[in-house]
Amino acid sequence: MKSPATGNALKILVPIKRVPDTDTRIRLKGDGSVDWDGVKFVINPFDAIALEEALRIGEKSGPVEIVVVSVGVEACVEQLRTGLAMGAERAILVRTDAALDPLAVAKFLVAVCLKENPNLILMGKQATDDDASQVGPMMAALLGWGQATFVSKVEFLENNTRIRCERETDAGIETLTMSLPALLTTDLRLNEPRYVSLPGIMKARKKPLQEISLAEISQTPSTRTRILKMEVPAKRKAGVRLAGVVELVDKLKNEATII
Amino acid sequence: MSNLLIVAELDESHLKAATLSAIGFARKVGEMAGGSFEVLIAGKDVSTIAESLRAYGAAAVLMADDDALKNPVADQFAQLVFDVARQRNASMVVGAVSTFSKDILPRAAALLDAGMLSDVVDAHKEGDQLIFKRAMYAGNIIATVSLEGNVRVFTVRAAAFAVPSKVSEISPLVPVALDVSKVTSRMEFVERKTKASTRPDPTEARVVVSGGRGVKSAEDFERLIGGLADAFGGAAGSSRALVDAGMAPNSLQIGQTGKMVAPDLYVAVGLSGAIQHLAGIKDSKVIVAINKDPEAPIFEVSDYGIVGDLYQLVPELIGLLKK
Repeated sequence: MKSPATGNALKILVPIKRVPDTDTRIRLKGDGSVDWDGVKFVINPFDAIALEEALRIGEKSGPVEIVVVSVGVEACVEQLRTGLAMGAERAILVRTDAALDPLAVAKFLVAVCLKENPNLILMGKQATDDDASQVGPMMAALLGWGQATFVSKVEFLENNTRIRCERETDAGIETLTMSLPALLTTDLRLNEPRYVSLPGIMKARKKPLQEISLAEISQTPSTRTRILKMEVPAKRKAGVRLAGVVELVDKLKNEATII
Repeated sequence: MSNLLIVAELDESHLKAATLSAIGFARKVGEMAGGSFEVLIAGKDVSTIAESLRAYGAAAVLMADDDALKNPVADQFAQLVFDVARQRNASMVVGAVSTFSKDILPRAAALLDAGMLSDVVDAHKEGDQLIFKRAMYAGNIIATVSLEGNVRVFTVRAAAFAVPSKVSEISPLVPVALDVSKVTSRMEFVERKTKASTRPDPTEARVVVSGGRGVKSAEDFERLIGGLADAFGGAAGSSRALVDAGMAPNSLQIGQTGKMVAPDLYVAVGLSGAIQHLAGIKDSKVIVAINKDPEAPIFEVSDYGIVGDLYQLVPELIGLLKK
């Protein structure tokens, strides 16, 4: 990434979501609700990539102000503190216990955005809990900003007023340019997020973490999606071990009748 | 009564086969809830594709053919979907799951102030209400969900909805009443680097052959995984590890954070089977695993497994299939 240190100052908002650790196998209780007992929570891995990218932009093109923001329950503070320990300056929690859908979350984050006035939003392309992949483009629409989803490379142009992004699409790598402000969603291969250091954790304790209510941003909780039921899908059964490829071809032809 | 708008998708200059599955979803919803559907095809030089879409029972095929749509960008295309949805009074806007839909449809949903469900794998009716199924938590949970609102937006997984049969009545072709060139954009398309491949997309193939960590180089990936895919007449796929290592192109990554596939035959070669990978393949009809580690989790979900060295077994298998 090249951009002159004299370039326009960047302010980056990084929305982060609290999700179950991706190594956890989510189970259901007898009443059909998720069994959260013993489940460890982390920053959504794609949001961690977004925060890492914001930090690298600061290190290379600084000075950059990075604000992490979450929407949800009190426990989201854990992930915001981790974001601060990674290097963000400030954290905001939009505090609500309400069930929300992506459109509601997008509206709340946009309300925060209008207060904070960043010129870049960096966030994950999807959250690994519900895999909806909706909040980023919804926010870009509500803000009227350009967007680049599934970003694998970011480069600043023209004194930090424009951005060039490569994005991973089904068809291959697509390159876009757009003027700031803009919203980017990050794909896996943009970077590898740093580990939190002990000094980082110590520093994070002193960094500001602001909790705001929905009333303070003139929003009300809402959701149009309702989960009526959750089920564990039928498990595939382990089949048979075969001695070699001759037997495999025979099975595929005569038993599975696929070839 | 529902009035669906299906957003057709192009793969370069061809119709993406997944679009037909989205039409399959529309027909299913129509049968359950009544109503009709229209198909929007937008691009440059799309009249032949628009013509082919007239055979599936749409109330209309809406065509926007404009230079400005040669390489559409998200803000412009979402605005187009929004405008057409409003003009046509659409109550449901639907696309097949893809990076294109994930880029465009949430943006259009927000413009429409509509709720959205991604990756729908089933639709059925309970009482008066349509309800839907989708996976959560890396496929460990299937959620049954409802979605409220006068306008609703969906992406549907292609493998979950049958390609509809053609009907005798030809749909009317209606030009979109909109000057596309006047839709402004803050974004500029620069270029698209596509990997020249003669193989089908893994989401659209009957057979998918995927390689994992057991494959040691990009050359081996092409020769063994690509070669076996060709012998089956199918698509090549990859675990995340090989894409991260630069041995396979990103567009071949199968799994929770890549592509979800459900082919008739999935062949996992040298691939251990992490939860995130299994989430993307568990709806395949038959799964075959070739792995030298007899404890690899992939064997727990495979119909047929061979414990052995892929460098020996895959060339043998290619040889047998070519006979």
